[in-house]
Amino acid sequence: MAFKRSDGRKLTELRPMIAKVGVVPNADGSALFAFGSTVAIAAVYGPRKLHPQHMQNPATGILRCNYDLLSFSVYDRKRPGPSRRSQEISKVTEWALSPALYLESFPSSVVDVQIYILQADAGTRTAGINAASMALAHAGIPMRDLICSVAVGKNDKEVIIDLTKEEEDYKEGEGSTDFAVAKLANSDEFSLLQLDGKIQPEVVSKAISMAKDACIQIYEIQKKALKDCVEGVQNE
Amino acid sequence: MNNEINETQDYAEVDSKDVPRKIIIPGEVIVTGEDYLPGEGTRREGNSIVAIRFGLAEEMGRVVRVIPIFGAFIPRRNNVIIGRVIDITYAGWLVDIDSASNAFLSIEESPRFINRDEMDQFLAIGEVIAAKIWGIKGKGIDLTLKAKGLGKLEEGFTFRIIPSRVPRVIGREGSMVSLIKEKTGCNIIVGQNGWIWIHGPSLDAQIKARRAIEFVADKVFVSGLTEKVEKWFEEGQK
Amino acid sequence: MSSMEISSLAKENLRKMFSEGKRFDYRGLLDYRDFEVTYDVSNKAEGSARVKLGKTEIVVGIKLTVGAPYPDSKDKGNLMVSGDLLPIASPRYESGPPGFNAIELPRLVDRAIRGSEMIDLKRLVIKEGEKVWTVIIDIYPINDDGNIVDAATIGVIAALKKTFLPTLDSEGNVDYETKTKNKLPLSEETAPLSFSFYKLGDSILLDPTREEEEACDSRITFGISKWEGQYMINSCQKRGEQTLNSEEIAKIMDIIPKKFEELNKKLKKFL
Repeated sequence: MAFKRSDGRKLTELRPMIAKVGVVPNADGSALFAFGSTVAIAAVYGPRKLHPQHMQNPATGILRCNYDLLSFSVYDRKRPGPSRRSQEISKVTEWALSPALYLESFPSSVVDVQIYILQADAGTRTAGINAASMALAHAGIPMRDLICSVAVGKNDKEVIIDLTKEEEDYKEGEGSTDFAVAKLANSDEFSLLQLDGKIQPEVVSKAISMAKDACIQIYEIQKKALKDCVEGVQNE
Repeated sequence: MNNEINETQDYAEVDSKDVPRKIIIPGEVIVTGEDYLPGEGTRREGNSIVAIRFGLAEEMGRVVRVIPIFGAFIPRRNNVIIGRVIDITYAGWLVDIDSASNAFLSIEESPRFINRDEMDQFLAIGEVIAAKIWGIKGKGIDLTLKAKGLGKLEEGFTFRIIPSRVPRVIGREGSMVSLIKEKTGCNIIVGQNGWIWIHGPSLDAQIKARRAIEFVADKVFVSGLTEKVEKWFEEGQK
Repeated sequence: MSSMEISSLAKENLRKMFSEGKRFDYRGLLDYRDFEVTYDVSNKAEGSARVKLGKTEIVVGIKLTVGAPYPDSKDKGNLMVSGDLLPIASPRYESGPPGFNAIELPRLVDRAIRGSEMIDLKRLVIKEGEKVWTVIIDIYPINDDGNIVDAATIGVIAALKKTFLPTLDSEGNVDYETKTKNKLPLSEETAPLSFSFYKLGDSILLDPTREEEEACDSRITFGISKWEGQYMINSCQKRGEQTLNSEEIAKIMDIIPKKFEELNKKLKKFL
């Protein structure tokens, strides 16, 4: 019997995506990105003064990311304030985004990226990275490329893209595997690789190639949102 | 990696007509061909010129560049800025210019002799100045008040727009800001850091001038902006 | 928005403008900006709302948990108002432990809600003395362009009105994925609103933008509701070093009923 996803999607099918730029007017750049019912918003402030001073790097500006869930974005209310999980995700998000940035012309300063999840249904870090990448571009930060991010994974032996929470909780056979990746949109360079579960080494190539195809679609959505935000201003 | 990065900014007129422009995002190829040269906001990759900033791509002869439409202020030499005094030291004034580093106005760079005991009478904390950046070293930004039109701002008010919209507010050879001055009777200084000073004959004139500037700063992508602003004044500033 | 503090020049100019009843956006000193409320910020919450007051935007979520009642109120459910000024919403907000403003916002909203008795906490008892519902309200500004307390209260009222209890299974555990059709026990009449009056020089104004707010010297916030047809002040707090005189207090008392009717009418369109 063929494997069926619980929401009826094809194995390679992403959830419906929403992307919007300019959602936080106070910020230098901002964006929203949604995979299905996972909704992330990101705002960029900077380059701006970096405190404390000992963190400053006179050779370059630095990127600082902060990711967290709003307390009501999950069924069991998340206690406010950073958790170990959110601190780790903040750091891998930083590493996922920094290969795309040119911060050398902003010595001693910081670019702050704030990412919050309004509604969580798996894939929050990847949605957050997609939003942050758009927000950085929107903020006028010099960038080599946009970053696109998606979770590829497995339910039992089937490789699937963009897992929901229900799929992340899959228990049968080889269980569920979650493999969060991010890459530069226009080149074959991966900046986030984070995996939990069970996957055979020989299956990884297939997963990577599925993620690449998904990133092409994500990139188109990001690109359109950025371009639309300008048209929006123009038509006011 | 064999990429050239060119990030100088010359604040050229954004509203020039007849130059085709398209919105471009970082990483996007703008043009391909050996003959093109990478200008500000772009890099060369192989045979192509690729954007490194979000903005409007423009070809000026062989040079291709990206005019940014969003973003924080990046200080450059000779920029006129409007800043706020945040501290007084033995040697001068520390000034917040709304960028990644504070700036310093040496007592030597004040327009006249200032006695060290009376520095706060010339410039107190919380007061604003129009100054020029004369030097940038590392994160040190040095200001001067020694040029025409610079100094402490004692009347009127200041407010901020997105810094990358400043060229638009100034207009070709200052045409836009001149138009707004003429229509409102206000004195206006446009700082490259996005801070703008207005002082006029009445509160109403000042409010009108600010709204006109915000009207211009909101329009990213329109041609014939001057006519639109004239119409805006005629039709009661809606 | 800039991180630069307001200059003495800009402040003095606003003082002059207010004393002549002028604002940059042509509003009267006591006019609110337009606001709109939308729902379903999070389907993981029992209720949620987003309020946009001018460019100020706040999201509010309501979660319900089961717990023990407080020893001194065994016949009542619990109410907790929480929230934070996340650094996403303003260059002025910083990461790290909540500062005073972040502590004050939920406390002001809490007192308005509690004082109005809008939520009938007695009807949130599951088993007297042992098990009750706890209503947890979380408030997060997404973009702070001034007057967040008044905006947050609007958002909280809207979210509470659209809150549905989750299912309790036979062992008394909460099944969040299955919502019931039961709304929170709310009083129709007494939903409160907040009114923050700001003072600069001798002028008093409502609903400042961030720029105006930064120029002002003090603020006094009232939680107002209706109780048996009468206007009731349920909470009040002055902040800032500037004082108010009795004439100013009397003037504010005059304004309150009119403003309450006006805002309440607007809010009803979204409920």
